[in-house]
Formats: sequence, C-alpha cells, structure tokens
Amino acid sequence: MKALDDISLNINQGEFVAIMGPSGSGKSTLMHILGALDLPTGGTYLLNGQNVGLLSDDQLADIRNKEIGFVFQAYNLLARTSAIENVILPLDYAGVPEPEQYERALAMLKKVGLADRLSHPPNKLSGGQQQRVAIARALVMNPSIILADEPTGNIASAQAEEIMAIFEQLNDDGHTIVMITHEPDIAEHAQRIIHLLDGKIVKDGNGHKRRIINGKAKE
Amino acid sequence: MKITKLIKSGIKNLAINKMRTGLAVLGIVIGIGSVIALVSLGESSKKAVQSSIQSIGSNLLTVLPGFTFSGNVRGAMGGAQTLTNEDAEAIKTSSRITTVKSVSPEYSGRAQIIAGRNNTNTQVVGVEPVYAQVRKISLEKGSFLTSQHLTSMAKVAVLGPGVAEDLFGEGVDPVGQTIRINGKNFLVIGLTKSKGGMGMDNQDDRIIVPLTTAQKQLFGVKYLSSIALEAKSEAVMTQAQNEVGYLLLSRHKLTAVEDADFRIMSQEDILQAASAVTGTFTTLLTGIAAISLLVGGIGIMNIMLMSVTERTREIGLRKALGAKKKTIVYQFLTESIILTFTGGLIGIVLGIGGYYLYARANNAVFSLSFSSVFLAFFVSAGIGVLFGWYPARKAASLQPIEALRYE
Repeated sequence: MKALDDISLNINQGEFVAIMGPSGSGKSTLMHILGALDLPTGGTYLLNGQNVGLLSDDQLADIRNKEIGFVFQAYNLLARTSAIENVILPLDYAGVPEPEQYERALAMLKKVGLADRLSHPPNKLSGGQQQRVAIARALVMNPSIILADEPTGNIASAQAEEIMAIFEQLNDDGHTIVMITHEPDIAEHAQRIIHLLDGKIVKDGNGHKRRIINGKAKE
Repeated sequence: MKITKLIKSGIKNLAINKMRTGLAVLGIVIGIGSVIALVSLGESSKKAVQSSIQSIGSNLLTVLPGFTFSGNVRGAMGGAQTLTNEDAEAIKTSSRITTVKSVSPEYSGRAQIIAGRNNTNTQVVGVEPVYAQVRKISLEKGSFLTSQHLTSMAKVAVLGPGVAEDLFGEGVDPVGQTIRINGKNFLVIGLTKSKGGMGMDNQDDRIIVPLTTAQKQLFGVKYLSSIALEAKSEAVMTQAQNEVGYLLLSRHKLTAVEDADFRIMSQEDILQAASAVTGTFTTLLTGIAAISLLVGGIGIMNIMLMSVTERTREIGLRKALGAKKKTIVYQFLTESIILTFTGGLIGIVLGIGGYYLYARANNAVFSLSFSSVFLAFFVSAGIGVLFGWYPARKAASLQPIEALRYE
C-alpha cells in the first residue's frame, strides 16, 4: 500500500495552504517529502525548479537549512538551551558569522514577541511561547517555505489563536506556508485547503475566511 | 561550527548526566594512570639495576663455578665446588695470561651476625686486599684488609653501611667494635661507602673478612664461590675471557668448551640478564595496564552509544535544521574526545603522583619517563577518536525522518 498515490500538486509563492485528512491519509508523508526529510519512491518534487530527488545528503541538508523552515507539533526545541541559542542553531549550521547570528536571532524573537525571554530555556516557557521560539527558528534563515506540522496541536486554544495570528502575519509579509492540521477551524486560517484520503487528494479548494484580493489575503 | 563552540556544547551535553560521565572518565583515569605509573616504575627499576651493576666496574669479569649434578638432575648455576684457590693463583702467575691486571678470589656465604643485642643474617664475603680495587670499594671510615690479615687469618671485618646500621644503629661509628660472626668474635676495622643497589645483591649489606678466615674459620671450605678479574682495559675483555677460559679448561683437564665446569661473565652479560628480567616484568605490567585502558575505551564507546540512542530525536531535529553528516560526527567525536582527554589528564596526574609516593616510600629513584606521559596523552585522545568514531557515525547516518519519529 502506498502512503501517497498519484499526487500532483503545485504550491505557489506566497500561498498559505492547509493540508487536512484523517490519520493515515498520508499528510505527514507529504509534509516530509515537501521538507526534504524524505524522498519519494517515484515521481519528482521540484523546489524552486530544483529536482530534490537528485540531491546528495549534504545538498539536502543545505535545502533544509536555507529553503525550509520547520514548525513541529511538539516544538522540538533543544532542552537546556536558551531561546536565542535555539534560534541561532540553523544560522550556525549555515556558517553565518557569530555577531550576525545573534542579531538575526534577536530580530526574529522580537518579531514573535519574545524579546524579553531570550535566555529562558524551553522548560521555563509556556507551550505557546515555545512554539513562538520554534517559529522564530523556522524564520531565521528566511526560507522559501514554512512547513508547520499540527503547530497548535499541543497548545491551549487561546494561545493557538495567537500562533495562527503570527502565521497570518507572516503570510501577509509574503511567506509561503504549508500547514498540516486536522482541526477545521485552524485550517480556515489558510487560503487554500487540500483534503487527503488514503494517499490521494480528494478536495483542493479555497478556505472560507481568507480570500486573495489584489494579491493580498483579506478577511 | 567553531571548535570552541563544539567544545562548549560538548561539555554542556556531558554535564547533563554527571554520574555517567564521571564513571566513563574514571575508566580512562584508571587505564592511563596505571600505564604511566607502571611504565615509569619499570623504567626506574631497570635503571637502578643498571647503575648498581655498572658501579661495580666495566672492566670486570667474573668466573663462576658451573652447575652441580646429582644423578642426571642439573642443579643451580654456581653451586659446584670446581673453583679453587689454586685456580686463582694460576691466573695470577701463568705466563699465558697477558690481559688480566688483578685477580680477586672470593668466597661468600650467609652467616648470623651478633653485635650486643642486635643480630642479623647477611652475606659474609671472604676476600683478598685486591678486592677493594677490583670491586671499586672505597672506605667511609677505618681501613681495609691487609695481606698481613690474610696470612695471619685475622678475625677482622669491614662492614657495609647497611649492616653497620642494622647492628649499631644509624650514624654510630662501628670501627673498633666487636661483632660475632657464627659465634666467633671479629674486630670491625672499617666501614665502606654506600654504593646503593637493590634486592638480593645489595652490596651495602655485606661484611668483608679475609679469605683465609672465611674459608677455614667460618665456613670450612676449600673452594671459591667466584673469582673476579680486572682486565687491563675494556678493549681486551674478550681476549681476557678467552685466555682465562682456556687456562681453566686445561687446569680442569677438559678439552671441549661445552664441558666447561665454570662460566666467565662480563658485567655486560650480567647487565643483560638482569635487564631481561626487569624488562619482562615491565612488559607484563604494561600489558595489564594497557588492558585496563582498553576496557576504559570500551566504556567510553558504551556511553557514547547510549547517548546516541537517547538523543535520536535531537539528532533528527538537528538534521531537519540543516546539520550535515560531518557536523553530527564532529559533535559526537568532540564529546568522546573531551571524555578521554579529561580522563587522560587526571590519569597522568594520578599516575605520576602514585609513582612519586611509591618512590618516596621505598627510597627508589624517581625518574619520570616523559615518553610514557606523551604516549599516554596521545593514546587517550586516540581512544576518544577510535571509540567515539562508531557511535558518531551511527548518529550521523540516522535518517532524519526516522530520528524525528523516534520515541
């Protein structure tokens, strides 16, 4: 049985896409392929025109570092490591010089409203705050796509709204976002909602709340 | 990633589980420490043996009696009674001997010595006056034996400093005192200077008496236990060995060299034999120490493998954020090198310290072998690389997606 079957999908720059589907529908596998964490056994995946399936391990690492920003359901921050050090990690892997690392990480944490929590380790932050650190980390390399895997799955609903507001803001600023969720009201924040079932796309349509008007999303 | 940053994050990760890190380091500490202590100990005991043998003189040849036979069983070397005073006399006077300067016939045996309330059991050597010259003995106090003493079979004795201390206490002048050797009174006429030496052959623990007195009055024997020969120079040692050898063969009515009932050994021969023994011992001890070092290394590998398993999710995350294979390899290698390096440093300090304490407690020479310290240092770092390599490779080749899913 194939996790994904006959998927043909174009995601354009600046889109905010939600992928929905029951568990086992293949949405995680799709996400991993989009994130260059996993390679398709057949077919091709072009990212900015580049065939990801043909790249070496090190080139894939570069793609994940520079082109993709991950936001995970479980935040996946390094324990015992301050918020700013967590955000610095991708910059470090990219070989950015140290003073610049700090400046860029600081700017990102300000953007997600955590300028006063720089030196807090994850266990001193709330779930919502941890996810905002993770978003800052995903943004800091200015990637082509932000991939969010159930970003509000572990977060209380009040804070979840704050997280979604950040994603909307990022989308308004021109970031491309692909988000997996199984909650319809979270998916409603996206412009486009793709439904998967048994590895196939069964529905690909507009979200209700946000419409694209003159190239900009509006309520 | 910069090296300082790698080291910093390595230390941070190792500090998370201090108990485990400590135990892993302890394995390396014990391994490196014992290598350093034992190698240094072996080296210094080798040097001590060499210097004690060299202090006797390099022109020296020693003629020893051959093996004793009882039936078909060969007994101990030097146990036979084949060397006689006449043999020594012949070496002195024969016209065939051209390269020997002095001949010192000796008989030595153990005897019970009493002085006042103290008593000891030690080596008593019967010698002629030339002994002092051949064996390079110099006196601290009093005088040495004379030919007068020899002909009159005088009951006089020259003490080594070790015996003097045992009998009269430290710093007491024994010259003029009387001691009893096997129940007979002897007048102490001299005290030799300390020459040092170790174990059974300690020259400071000897009592020197006239040869005639030793043979007739103390031990009742007519043979010699050895003849020391001083060659005219180091260059003619082999010639001297041959001349004396053939003279003794003909005197003992033997024709084949293989039948010789005596042996002539140079200091070099004795040195080699002694070095072989201490060398074997050092090798053995070092081998044991090396095994403990290996076990320590396996301990490091075990800890690193556990750490890779525990941190699978972290590795997956790092890869998702763009860490390359070599970045992960460096990260884990750094950690294992920090472990072994720390262990190596502590081990070097403890090893040197332990050896120093041993040397002080036993009045042995403290001579640190720097090569062993260097070696231990690089070996410990090498073990870090060697035993850290496999776990690091294992971590780096994890598939990011499986690593992220790992619970």
